[in-house]
Amino acid sequence: MAAVVSKPPKNKRSPTFWRDTLRGYLFIMPVVLGLLIWTFGPMLASAYYSLTNYKIIGVPEFIGLQNYTDLFQDKAFIQSLSITVRFGIMFVIFSQIVGLGLAVLLTQKVRGLTVFRTIFYLPIIVPAAASALLWKYLYNKEFGPIDRVLQAFGLKAINWLGSPESALFALVIMSVWASAVTTIIYVAGLQNIPEDLIDSAKIDGANAFRRFLYITIPMLSPTIFFNVVTGVIGAFQFFVPAFIMTAGGPAKSTYFYNYNLYEKAFKWLEMGYASSMAWVLFAIIIVLTLLIFRSSPLWVYYDGEAR
Amino acid sequence: MASAVYMQPGSTVKAVRRRQELVSKSIIYFLLITGALMFMLPLIIMISTSFKSYTEINHYPPTFLPNQIVTTNYGEAWGYANTDFPRWTFNTLLIVVATLPGVIVTSSLCAYGFARLKFPGRNTWFLLVLASIMLPPQVTLIPLYILFFKLGWLNTFLPLIVPPWFGGGALNIFLLRQFFMQIPRDLDEAAFLDGAGHLTIWWKIYVPLSRPAMISVALLTVLGIWNDFLGPYIYLTNPDNYTLALGLNVFRDYFPQLPRTDYVMAISTLMVLPMILMFLFAQRYIVQGFVTSGLKG
Repeated sequence: MAAVVSKPPKNKRSPTFWRDTLRGYLFIMPVVLGLLIWTFGPMLASAYYSLTNYKIIGVPEFIGLQNYTDLFQDKAFIQSLSITVRFGIMFVIFSQIVGLGLAVLLTQKVRGLTVFRTIFYLPIIVPAAASALLWKYLYNKEFGPIDRVLQAFGLKAINWLGSPESALFALVIMSVWASAVTTIIYVAGLQNIPEDLIDSAKIDGANAFRRFLYITIPMLSPTIFFNVVTGVIGAFQFFVPAFIMTAGGPAKSTYFYNYNLYEKAFKWLEMGYASSMAWVLFAIIIVLTLLIFRSSPLWVYYDGEAR
Repeated sequence: MASAVYMQPGSTVKAVRRRQELVSKSIIYFLLITGALMFMLPLIIMISTSFKSYTEINHYPPTFLPNQIVTTNYGEAWGYANTDFPRWTFNTLLIVVATLPGVIVTSSLCAYGFARLKFPGRNTWFLLVLASIMLPPQVTLIPLYILFFKLGWLNTFLPLIVPPWFGGGALNIFLLRQFFMQIPRDLDEAAFLDGAGHLTIWWKIYVPLSRPAMISVALLTVLGIWNDFLGPYIYLTNPDNYTLALGLNVFRDYFPQLPRTDYVMAISTLMVLPMILMFLFAQRYIVQGFVTSGLKG
C-alpha cells in the first residue's frame, strides 16, 4: 500500500529510475534472454518455416500457405487428429472421475491417509519409458497379468494392444493410472473448501450426496476447470507411450497427432510441413482453452460472484 | 426409518450414529484399500517380475509372485552385452548435476526480480513468462533442433543442459515468486538499512528462507531430467551418449524373438527405485511443488 502513496507523478521520474530499471532487468536477465533465444526467436522461425518447403539440408523454399492447405487434405493428418481428440475426450473424462473420486476418499477423516496418499501419488514419479514397458507387459495377450485376471473371473481375454479396437482405450487406462497430478490438485482443492460451509449444510440436514453435489462441486469448480484444461493440453502432447508400446499401431489406431508430427519432422525431415502441424496444434490448444474458459461462467463458481 | 430413529431416546441415537459412522468408515476403507491395491499392482508386478526366472516368465499360467527368487537378473541385465547401463546412468546423472545449479540460481534470481523489484516492463515480462507455459513445445522444437544442428550441439548434452540455465523454466520462476511474495518485507528493509544490496538480500535472506520451495524446484527438476525421454531421444543418437530412459528403450529391442521381460523389468526397477526413494523421503516437497505450480496458475 505504501508503494501506491510514494509513487512519483507520471511525468517526473524518481532519481533512481534508471538505476532501478537496470537492476530489475539484471535480475530477470536469464529469463528475458531465455525467452528471446529459446522461445520467441524459434517461434518466429517456426512460423516462417511453416510457410516453406524445408528439408533441413538446403535453403527453405517459400511456398505460402501450401503446407496448411495440404494438411487438410492429408488423410494421416485428419486421422491422427481424430485419434487424439477421441483419446483426449476419454482421458479427460476418466481422469477427472478417478482423480476426483480418489481425492474425496483421500480427504476423509480416517486414519492412515498418509500411507494411502503415498500409494496413489506414486505413479507420478515413474518414468514414461519404464511405465510404457511395464504396461506393455501387463497388457500382453499370452503372459500379461491383466488378461489372466480377466480369465480368472470367467471373462474373455482381450488383445489389448494388438487390436485396433482396444489399443487406444488401453492407453487411456494407463494414462489415468499415471495422472496422479489430477488427484493431487483435487486433494488440494478439496482441502481449500472451508469446513464451516460443509458443517452448516450438515446441520441443515443435507446428506453426504447432496453436500457433495451442492457444495463441494461448485466450490471445486475452478479446480475442475484447471484440471480439464491441463488434461486437454496433456492429451495433445501425448506421444511417448504410443511410441514405445504400440509404435502407432495396430492399423495406425494409436497414431497420435504428436506422433505424426515427430515422424514428419525427424523421420522424413519435412521441417516446413511439421512446423505447420505445430502451429495448427497451438491454434487448437488456444481455441479449446478459450472455449473452456468462455464456457466457465456457466459452471465455474468463483467466491463472492453470485449471491 | 429415519424418523423412527429420531424418536428414540438419546443413548440409542448415539449408538445408531456410532454404527452409521462405523459403516461409512468401513466403506471408505474398503474403497481406499481396493483402489490402493489396484494402483500399486503395476509396480508390484514390475518388481516381482524382475525376480522371476526366465522359465517362470514364459510359463503358463503366469505366477503373481516368483516361485523362486532369482537375483541374478539384475547383474546380468546391468552388464548385458552391447549395453552400457553404467555409462547411461552416469550420463543421466551428469545432465542432472550440470543442470541443477543453473535452474536453482537463475530461477530464484528471476523470481526475486519479479517479486521484489519495481521497474518498467516487469509485469509484461512476467505475463510473457506465464504465457510461455501455454506454448506447446512442438512449436519451438524444429527451429531449436536446426539451431543446435548448426551450432554442432547434436549428440552432445548441451541442448539438454544449456536452456535450463536461462531462468530454469517458467513454472519454477512462478513457484518461487509465489513463495518470495509471502516473505515479510520488514526483513529485507532491515537488511537494506544495514547496507546490504539486493544480491545479498536475495542470496542471504530469500533463498535460505524459501528452503521448502527451493527443494521443490530441485526435486521436480531432478525428476524431470531423470524421466525425460523425448529430449534425449531427439538430440542424442550416439549410444555412448544415451541416458537411462533411452537405454531402457533400446534394451527391449535386444530380444525381438524371446522377450527377456525379467531383464527389462530389472532395469526398469533400478531406474524407478531412486525416484521412489526420493518420493518417499520428500513427498511433501514434490506434492507441494505440483500444487503450487498448478492451483494458483
